[in-house]
Amino acid sequence: MQVPILKQGGVLIATIQAALSDADLLELRTALVQQVVRYRSSGVIVDVTAMDVMDSFASRTLLEISHMIRLRGAATVIVGIQPEVAFAMVQLGLTLEDIPTALDLEEGLAYLQQKARSIN
Amino acid sequence: MPADTQILIASDRDVVAARQQGRAVALRAGFSMSEATLIATAISELARNIVSYANQGSVTLRPVHRSNGAIGLTIVASDSGPGIADVTLALRDGYSSSGGLGLGLPGVRRLMDEFDIVSRAGSGTTVTVTKWLP
Ligand SMILES: Nc1ncnc2c1ncn2[C@@H]1O[C@H](COP(=O)(O)OP(=O)(O)O)[C@@H](O)[C@H]1O
Ligand SMILES: [Mg+2]
Repeated sequence: MQVPILKQGGVLIATIQAALSDADLLELRTALVQQVVRYRSSGVIVDVTAMDVMDSFASRTLLEISHMIRLRGAATVIVGIQPEVAFAMVQLGLTLEDIPTALDLEEGLAYLQQKARSIN
Repeated sequence: MPADTQILIASDRDVVAARQQGRAVALRAGFSMSEATLIATAISELARNIVSYANQGSVTLRPVHRSNGAIGLTIVASDSGPGIADVTLALRDGYSSSGGLGLGLPGVRRLMDEFDIVSRAGSGTTVTVTKWLP
């Protein structure tokens, strides 16, 4: 199950389209970091709308993605966490710590644009 | 009562299959989408522990009902792996022997209504959890 990664200006958009196995998540991590380096992207959006559950492995992998991408000077935003998925995450005891989240793609892009403006 | 469903767990693909079947069984039993997601998340954690620590095992989905009319879903995650030497420690938030988040077992306990674990070093682990329809 490969996750398509779209390049839109300086931003990479990874849209998860189905339930991902642990191996799929690790593949996504590798692919995103490689592409951030290749395209010198300033931001990454991971759209998790289609994710069935966000368990501890998925959360840890998203945290790792965000940390690795930050080391390249870029920002990561997670968009589309479904309300019932968020509810289960809270009960499990998971937080995405310092990764910014947004409701949808549009809000995620707006967040990254604002961030880019505040730096320049 | 519908029959049990047993899913063999031996790879990360099976973890996804188990939680998807768990969600379907939960919805059929009358749980809401939100409750079914809690159940699927718990199954994901238990099945992953089987793959990570015991290599293989099984997850059984068992619709249950009580004489008082309560309807629920019991999940039994069982393996014949190395077992857990210190169960109290393993149930502590943040404890992991593998660099994980250590939220699997304590988190599943919070997600479900009933939680039972039987494990001994050298003789495998069985975690039995139940969620009741509200
Ligand atoms: N089925 C199992 N067999 C052997 N050890 C297990 C099993 N499940 C859990 N454990 C032990 O309990 C610890 C805590 O598990 P868990 O709460 O899921 O956190 P994590 O998987 O992130 O380490 C694990 O690190 C492992 O040492
Ligand atoms: Mg675990």
